[in-house]
Amino acid sequence: MRIFVPGDAAAVAVGADEVAAAVGVGVIRNGSRGMFELEPLLEMETPEGRIGFARLAPEDVPDVLRLGRDHPSCVGLVDELPFLKRQTRLTFARCGITDPQSIDEYRDHGGFKGLERALALGPAATVEEVFESGLRGRGGAGFPAGIKWRTAAAAPAEQKYIVCNADEGDSGTFADRMVMEGDPFMLIEGMAIAGFAVGATRGYIYIRSEYPHAIRAMGRAIETARAHGLLGPDFDIEVRAGAGAYVCGEETSLLESLEGRRGEVRAKPPLPAIEGLFGQPTIINNVLTLAAVPFILADGARAYADYGMGRSRGTMPIQLAGNIRNGGLFETGFGITLGELVNDIGGGTLSGRPIRAVQVGGPLGAYFPPSMFHLPFDYEAFAAADGLIGHAGIVVFDDTVDMAKMARFAMEFCAAESCGKCTPCRIGSTRGLEVIDRIIAGENVAANRLLVEDLCETMKFGSLCALGGFTPYPVLSALRHFPEDFAEARDVETV
Amino acid sequence: MTIEPGWAETEVDEILRHHAGRKGALLPILNDVQAAFGFVPDAVVPIVALALNLSRAEVHGVVTFYHDLKRAPATRPIIKLCRAEACQARGVDRVVPIFEGDARIEVETTYCLGLCASGPAAMFGERLFARLDEHSVRRLIDEAVS
Repeated sequence: MRIFVPGDAAAVAVGADEVAAAVGVGVIRNGSRGMFELEPLLEMETPEGRIGFARLAPEDVPDVLRLGRDHPSCVGLVDELPFLKRQTRLTFARCGITDPQSIDEYRDHGGFKGLERALALGPAATVEEVFESGLRGRGGAGFPAGIKWRTAAAAPAEQKYIVCNADEGDSGTFADRMVMEGDPFMLIEGMAIAGFAVGATRGYIYIRSEYPHAIRAMGRAIETARAHGLLGPDFDIEVRAGAGAYVCGEETSLLESLEGRRGEVRAKPPLPAIEGLFGQPTIINNVLTLAAVPFILADGARAYADYGMGRSRGTMPIQLAGNIRNGGLFETGFGITLGELVNDIGGGTLSGRPIRAVQVGGPLGAYFPPSMFHLPFDYEAFAAADGLIGHAGIVVFDDTVDMAKMARFAMEFCAAESCGKCTPCRIGSTRGLEVIDRIIAGENVAANRLLVEDLCETMKFGSLCALGGFTPYPVLSALRHFPEDFAEARDVETV
Repeated sequence: MTIEPGWAETEVDEILRHHAGRKGALLPILNDVQAAFGFVPDAVVPIVALALNLSRAEVHGVVTFYHDLKRAPATRPIIKLCRAEACQARGVDRVVPIFEGDARIEVETTYCLGLCASGPAAMFGERLFARLDEHSVRRLIDEAVS
């Protein structure tokens, strides 16, 4: 009887290592199923399927092993849990099911079929397959992956690079981490396909230093793949750790960091696909983008593009976070509404209080009130509502949130993390913080609100990258949708 | 945890040898120096600059850019506490005073540990802690100072 206890960092953070130790020899450290309220979730194989035992402490383990289903912590068949059943897991098909460090299990569960088909199709047809799938950059910008790949493929050069952006710094996101810890060979396969498609022989995975577990998991998996000759004779991958700079998630800043410099943003053009790492043509894609590629190649562009809506094709691993009852990883086709996500699937707030705001897309994403929960999860729909889906993290806040404080935090975060290269971001964020403080203090509120709005215009259109350029989203959305939290409204009430 | 400020040139040489010939090696080198000594001593900057054929200003610029690289050794164990939006939504502000009120440790703000559905979250060394409440924070601090 096989027993699984996740080795995922979010499970380890609530005691999974201790639970696994209590199970003892032979326990399989799977990835997380992405239902973090249930962690540590022990799974036991039975003839009917895998049954789960939720929120275990090490001292529960002997009773769980003895009583099985009769143990009060039993949640029944894991695959039948509504949170999992409602998902369409393409990228996360294996995560939580297999032993992430077993290359044989990876292969047994459909792994390396994408690479095999790419090798059969040839480089040019592989690029077209990715283009046809409609896959867009999952890091946040949503730029069509196929166009990047075409550009890099067409650029003549002795040396080209595949860079995987695993600097997942957005609050409310953890899907990259889960892939690296829970299904690392999928990312390796995606990068190997990319390398083959555009003629790159070297790959880098830039992982943030806050993810030591993911750094280790990727390193181990790469060694295994290399030892099995699965990277091929012409491709190799190296893991690089960041050093605690949020801005290095911006692609050009990440390239600077990889080259050994301050993580300062580069002006574009030149595009990295033409002149990227060490001045050579470089594909830089997010973990989830590259991780989607093996499925697209194995099952075909059509199979992927059949999911989704409008110009947002395929599935998105959405991350439900913050004050939410059923937080975790929910992969589904684009088009699901915000309300379905946070209410039906997420189950509302963990605190039991009403939802007041959700922030979608990380610290640079807009805050939305429940009156906008009809919005479908789609790049264009969110852009039209003055927001973004970003890396698809959704952070839920209950009615105790102070939105003036959150607007202030957005500016404070930008000031702390700005690389300093361009003026609107470097200076604008600090000035913005000061002006919001004045609004909160009730000084010349109307005039200062106009000043913040004007400053946000400047930051939005004058910044080199999304850090300064998108910080206005949380600030302006807080002002627009939650005006009552800013002093003007408070003044009016006291009149 | 005991912290011994200081560093050894032989160890720096060893790190440099380990990364010899690697492209864009500065950040991996500095990360290793930070891990070995708990900080990047100012005196190491010219050694690294010479080895990589960079100016001291370039190396200094990198050391001062990244939050993880420190120019002085820590005097107390450092606990990294996530204070980003998701942990704010889950009530990190309620446990902040416990950390800040304990002079035995230093609490450092970090923005996101990727535990956003399990916060408040913190990291000590490579040990992760989530669903923090008053009780577990005290246990975490005790572990850090023991």
